[in-house]
Amino acid sequence: MTTENLDFIIEADNLTHYYGPQPAIDNVDFKVQRGEILGFLGPNGAGKTTTMRILTGYMPPTRGTVQIDGMDIVKDSLECRKKIGYLPETVPLHTDMTVKNYLSFMGSLRGMSRRSINDQINNVVEICRLQDYYKTIVGKLSKGYRQRVGIAQAILHEPEILVMDEPTIGIDPIQVVETRRLIQDIGKQQTVVLSSHILPEVSMVCGRVLIINQGQIVAEDTPDNLATRLQATQQILVEITNTNTKIQPVLENIEGVTDVRRIRDSENTTFEISVADGYDVRDEISRVIIENNCSLLSIQLNSMSLEQIFLKLTTTEGV
Amino acid sequence: MRGLRAIITKEILSFFTSPTGYIVGMIFLIGTGIFFTIDLGNPFPEASLTRFFVGLDFGQTTFGGVTLILILIAPILTMRLISEEQKLGTIELLLTSPVRDWEIIIGKFIASFIFLLFMIGLTLYYPILLFLLADPDPGPIYSGYLGLILYGALTLSIGLLASTLNSNQIVSAVVAMGILLILYFADYASTVVTGFWSTFIQEIGIKSHFDDFHKGIIDSHDIVYFVTITLLFIFLSIRILESRRWR
Repeated sequence: MTTENLDFIIEADNLTHYYGPQPAIDNVDFKVQRGEILGFLGPNGAGKTTTMRILTGYMPPTRGTVQIDGMDIVKDSLECRKKIGYLPETVPLHTDMTVKNYLSFMGSLRGMSRRSINDQINNVVEICRLQDYYKTIVGKLSKGYRQRVGIAQAILHEPEILVMDEPTIGIDPIQVVETRRLIQDIGKQQTVVLSSHILPEVSMVCGRVLIINQGQIVAEDTPDNLATRLQATQQILVEITNTNTKIQPVLENIEGVTDVRRIRDSENTTFEISVADGYDVRDEISRVIIENNCSLLSIQLNSMSLEQIFLKLTTTEGV
Repeated sequence: MRGLRAIITKEILSFFTSPTGYIVGMIFLIGTGIFFTIDLGNPFPEASLTRFFVGLDFGQTTFGGVTLILILIAPILTMRLISEEQKLGTIELLLTSPVRDWEIIIGKFIASFIFLLFMIGLTLYYPILLFLLADPDPGPIYSGYLGLILYGALTLSIGLLASTLNSNQIVSAVVAMGILLILYFADYASTVVTGFWSTFIQEIGIKSHFDDFHKGIIDSHDIVYFVTITLLFIFLSIRILESRRWR
């Protein structure tokens, strides 16, 4: 093992998994650094859950390997599983137990001693704010509280890695905010891998994002960089009056402009100008408009929201 | 081993806190009670537990008793064990916890076995009554109970296998009852054919092996039969649970 490997707590190499003839994930490669919060972003059926299940050792990949802290998830499964806390997508809980009994069961299942179970239960119940529901039967809790119990069991044994599949799905907005804050707090000490199909969430919580679509990773970066990179096709909206036919070819000739489209044409004309990455042509545009005797009413940079990036990345046309 | 202990504790708790445990226990006591009453009403009171163990006498054969009741009841006890985990999805957390697959299966088996021992323990007041009020031959009663414990373990292991196979509790129970009824009635079918196949079917069947016990015979080949079949079904359950990871 090289020292370089030690910086990465998770190394997934060429993961491929087939449920039927179609691969659910196809040659997925990624590494997770210690202490990082990594987000998997992708539409439903992209392969997020499959990836999570392979990471946690629930099922082995058809091909490829996962190394958890230098150990193979299939060969050293038991040791790897000790390091992982997992919150599956559906938050499966034993509905006939009380919160306390359930947590205590999960603790002993993970080989914790009686004393550390009791200490840790008090600890996680506080972190997840479950104090009032300590003795309630899990089946009687609302979805939001079940989610908290799910998180509580995942962090109970203080795992080095926390894997969460869609941690904020199906809970109300206030709880979503709380859950995100909780994940950020946890992420200060532990490595967190989470999946989501909600963009703002990932960009808020995660330090790095992997966008996965149809089983393949289509982009990988920090949320900010991702936005910057995708401004490769930034758009500028220009509204002008006194337009003449010459103006469109002139705009098209500006260096960096890839496309000019006339999108509204009444009293005023609006052009949508697509610009290649690394060019700022607003200055040039305003100059040529004046030079051609048109009046410039407004000019605005229409940088894409992450939502649009996401749509763009995950439509079949690709980037 | 902490994992194994955690599973056993949790399952036993859930047997004693769920209505299913009590309902099954009650039906078990009513059913066995009826057969014990028949024992008492025997025209030739010989102070034995024959009816309790193997049921009514039909000349050539017997039918009923605790052996038949267990076939109907053991699957109800075991149907929940793995099926429910699969249905709720808790199997995902179980299989990603640092416990081995065999610990899950063995833990669940031991828990259901302890509950069964508890139920069998409740029937001990029948022989106690006999000893108080009459003068029974203790041998067949002791050996009968030994047989009953082995027999019970076998029914549970088959129920556990059925529960491992699918996520629907009803289907699990029906499958287990099906397998058990086939094993139970194999003996009756053995008279239809002759020679090797007759012996074969009889040896496969559970009834002939149990019959020795209630007659007071502790035969190693019967013990080997029950232990082997039980271990075989537990082994298959472990294998099937493991195979979930590859499907």
